[in-house]
Amino acid sequence: MKAFLMHRDHDFDLDGELPANGAALEQDLELAVLLTGMGAGDGFMSEIARRALLLSLSDPEAIAYRQQILTDCLEHPAVVRELYALAGEALTAERKVWGGILRDSPRTILSTSVAKMELFVGFLRRLREMADEHASTFSSPGFTRFFAMLRTELDEEYIELIEDHLKTLKFKGGMLISARLAAGNKGRGYKLRRPREQGLLGRVFDRSGYSFTVPDRDMTAFKVLSELEDRGVNLVANALAQSVDHVRSFFIMLRGEIGFYVGALNLSERLAELGQPTAFPVPVARGELALSARGVYDVCLALTTGQPVVGNDVDGDNKSLVMITGANQGGKSTLLRSIGLAQLMTQCGMFVGADSLRVNVCDGLFTHYKREEDDTMESGKLDEELARMSEIANHISANSMLLCNESFAATNEREGSQIAREVVTALLDEGVRVLFVTHMFDLADGFYRRGRDSALFLRAERGIEGARPFKLSEAAPLPTSYGGDSYRKIFGSSVDAARAK
Amino acid sequence: MTSSRNGGSDGPATFRSILFDRDAGSIEAGAREPEFFPDLHLDQVVASLTAGREEYRLAPFFYLPLHSIEAVHYRHHVLSELDGEPVLEAVRAFADGMRRMRKHLGLMNNLHYARQKQRWFLAAGSVYCNTVTAFAGRLAELELRSHGFVGLRDYVSAYTASGAFTALLADTKEVEAALAEITYTVQIRGNRVRVSRYAAEPDMSEEIEEAFAKFKQGAVQDYRVNIPDWADMNHVEAQILDLVARLHPEAFTQLEQFCTRHQGYLDDTIGRFDREIQFYLAYLEYIKPLMASGLAFAHPRLSARSKDVRGTEAFDLALAAKLVRDDAHVVCNDFHLTDPERILVVSGPNNGGKTTFARMFGQLHYLASLGLPVPGTDARLFLPDRIFTHFEREEDIETLRGKFEDELFRIREILEEATGASVLIMNESFGSTTLNDALFVGSEVMRHIIDLDALCVFVTFVDELASLGESTVSMMSTVVPEDPALRTYKVVRKPADGLAYAAAIAEKYGLTYERLKERIAR
Repeated sequence: MKAFLMHRDHDFDLDGELPANGAALEQDLELAVLLTGMGAGDGFMSEIARRALLLSLSDPEAIAYRQQILTDCLEHPAVVRELYALAGEALTAERKVWGGILRDSPRTILSTSVAKMELFVGFLRRLREMADEHASTFSSPGFTRFFAMLRTELDEEYIELIEDHLKTLKFKGGMLISARLAAGNKGRGYKLRRPREQGLLGRVFDRSGYSFTVPDRDMTAFKVLSELEDRGVNLVANALAQSVDHVRSFFIMLRGEIGFYVGALNLSERLAELGQPTAFPVPVARGELALSARGVYDVCLALTTGQPVVGNDVDGDNKSLVMITGANQGGKSTLLRSIGLAQLMTQCGMFVGADSLRVNVCDGLFTHYKREEDDTMESGKLDEELARMSEIANHISANSMLLCNESFAATNEREGSQIAREVVTALLDEGVRVLFVTHMFDLADGFYRRGRDSALFLRAERGIEGARPFKLSEAAPLPTSYGGDSYRKIFGSSVDAARAK
Repeated sequence: MTSSRNGGSDGPATFRSILFDRDAGSIEAGAREPEFFPDLHLDQVVASLTAGREEYRLAPFFYLPLHSIEAVHYRHHVLSELDGEPVLEAVRAFADGMRRMRKHLGLMNNLHYARQKQRWFLAAGSVYCNTVTAFAGRLAELELRSHGFVGLRDYVSAYTASGAFTALLADTKEVEAALAEITYTVQIRGNRVRVSRYAAEPDMSEEIEEAFAKFKQGAVQDYRVNIPDWADMNHVEAQILDLVARLHPEAFTQLEQFCTRHQGYLDDTIGRFDREIQFYLAYLEYIKPLMASGLAFAHPRLSARSKDVRGTEAFDLALAAKLVRDDAHVVCNDFHLTDPERILVVSGPNNGGKTTFARMFGQLHYLASLGLPVPGTDARLFLPDRIFTHFEREEDIETLRGKFEDELFRIREILEEATGASVLIMNESFGSTTLNDALFVGSEVMRHIIDLDALCVFVTFVDELASLGESTVSMMSTVVPEDPALRTYKVVRKPADGLAYAAAIAEKYGLTYERLKERIAR
């Protein structure tokens, strides 16, 4: 029995290792903001969202599978939240069952497992009843399968069979154990047996063997009998305890998988409140280079500021390089993050922050950002940047995407752009898509001169009077950046005044 | 060594021993550790290679050097047979089986309830039959050439066909089968226990597993509790077992009869082989990690006459075992003596491997006399009548004699007992006296050894001893020229030069004659 709400044919990876680039992505794209928005106070949900975002899907069909389920969720938010709550309740209730003092005794393991399973059975029955009620109103293949499975696998007959088993395991009529003679004529292979159905008088008339009675005061003998019982129930205790584990895993998986969609619901509702558009993207398989966005915006920025934010259009179809230049504070980093977030959200089956988006799925998204911390040693910084790029090179492959933000700016422009040029050229030649934010004119201009068939050049504009519109347009790189603007803005006109003197 | 009985016949039909070409009886019973063992670190080697094999009492075999070339060859041939993985494998399987059998018998002796003892005896008999049968089968398939193994094969083949063995085998199988068929049930209800024949009541753990199969979500914890299983029984178990026996009287009667019928089933020669073969296995196992680390072992060409000896890439076995364990590099050394050379005089910087070299020379000769492969890629050695060592010892406060005298006293004893066929290892003698005394006494002792015509390694700090005649050869421990603090642990043929080390260390600190002049002149 599997929920299969994240993948058509396998469980969601709840605790495996995350890709090597995960930590950098989280930091550079400020995923924490997005995850908080999705979790809405539920840490577990944020964690699930984090895993879903970092464990990208690369098959457009797998993405469509989630998009359809999410569409169902957006139409029935209450039912989906109830499923999530039910799974959580089942897990909480089970945790409260006390394991007893003699945790190492098979008899204790058995009685604890019986108690836990009795609880679980109640929740399984409720789950089935929900499926009975709502199955007809959900239309995605994922939910249709999920509900149908609950109704067949957990029908009333089955639930009663389990309840019957649990009753037998309380041993009201004594315990029957079989064994064989092993080394030294000691008993071995103890197995718990179900006594044959007896007549009204039970086993009283069963005289098929010999019996003896242990004297009341022989405490050693009673200890021996308990141990014999432990041997007898050892296997069945194991089987039931493992079944408890399996049912628990089922609820954990259900809670995790549903949790992702509840997180998406939370985010969708929050963005709607802010008046920001969302759209299901069209994921494009490799073979064609697609990147066309209308009004793509930085979801994190919207969540942080609580204000509507400006979107950008990007026409990057058939472009393997997007070079972003222009004014400082002109929205270059924001655009880069918008695209990065949209890429991750696309590849986890969510909607994106845009009016529309058509984009390739990539094999891996990587970020190489200038890091602001440790600005103590200049040479050390370049070392650090090169080391990080080398680490990326260990993992990146064709059909991956690399977002560079002011990479190699730790050294002078000539050196930096020379390094960057070699790195970028190699990556492009190997089939990696590169989006590069830079103020290094030498670098940007070099690529511009090489031609624009497969490269897109976006420029952050300086608005009138230096006001920044956060809107970028297709334009050639300019030889100067707008650092002066920023400087003046912060230091006022005192500089000019000083210069005038 | 002479055999204690029927020494003349060594044909396969009368096979007795895999260690001795002529039956030595139990001559090893009185063997004591040779005096030189600690000096040559052979005590460490034997302790380490007999560890875990205490039940075989192997040490005495290592205290008995062979004195005939034929006896050595008998072992060489057995060892070459053990070189083949199939033979080794067959012998190991046999040894494992015999060990298991002894374990069963040991248990039997420690137990109280008769029905338990009987079952362990049956188990021991069964293991014995299977082990010997399998061994006979394996030996028959193998292409064997050594006298030892061919004799063994013929013996085992005849034994397994004997009436005693076949009866044991048949009885074992019959009784085991009868007991294996028994399945019983125990019903516990309060203080009442009922023992019955099993009547195909369904397995509840299977039912539970089946009922919950649909929830299987991948690997889960194993909740089976490991309830300790004691070999002995308590009175409740014994009571239950008695009732099981009442339910199945035929099988338990058979078991009883088996035990009386087959007391003392173990064959003497099989038992002796089981013990003796461990002598080889212990050594092979000991040198295996060394070989795996790239060190070589060779069957030496051994002579009882020629004292032209030679060792190539040889090393100290005890030290190598330790270094290999610590993953450290082992330095190998070569030596050779060509008539009329007899004595290797080793000098050079301290901690440079002189003692190790001396020890190695002694070890090689002793190991060769045990018929074992020796450290090195190639060796030609002399089969000595005895080995003597004189290693400088910590001063013994109890003896009133001074150290120097003490040394002289022991050396005199050695020289009195040694013959021209002996091997002598003299290490740093007379370190406790003046150079003049050491030179004088050393020369005297050396002349005695030269007169003896015995093979000898003489470690000394006295250069002059290296050139006392045509029978002495000088060798030196060496250092890395650029950094004299580093030892190479190589000992090479080289004229003795006590100043070499001083010159090297002076160079390093810029204090040689020329360098110091230059520096002062600047």
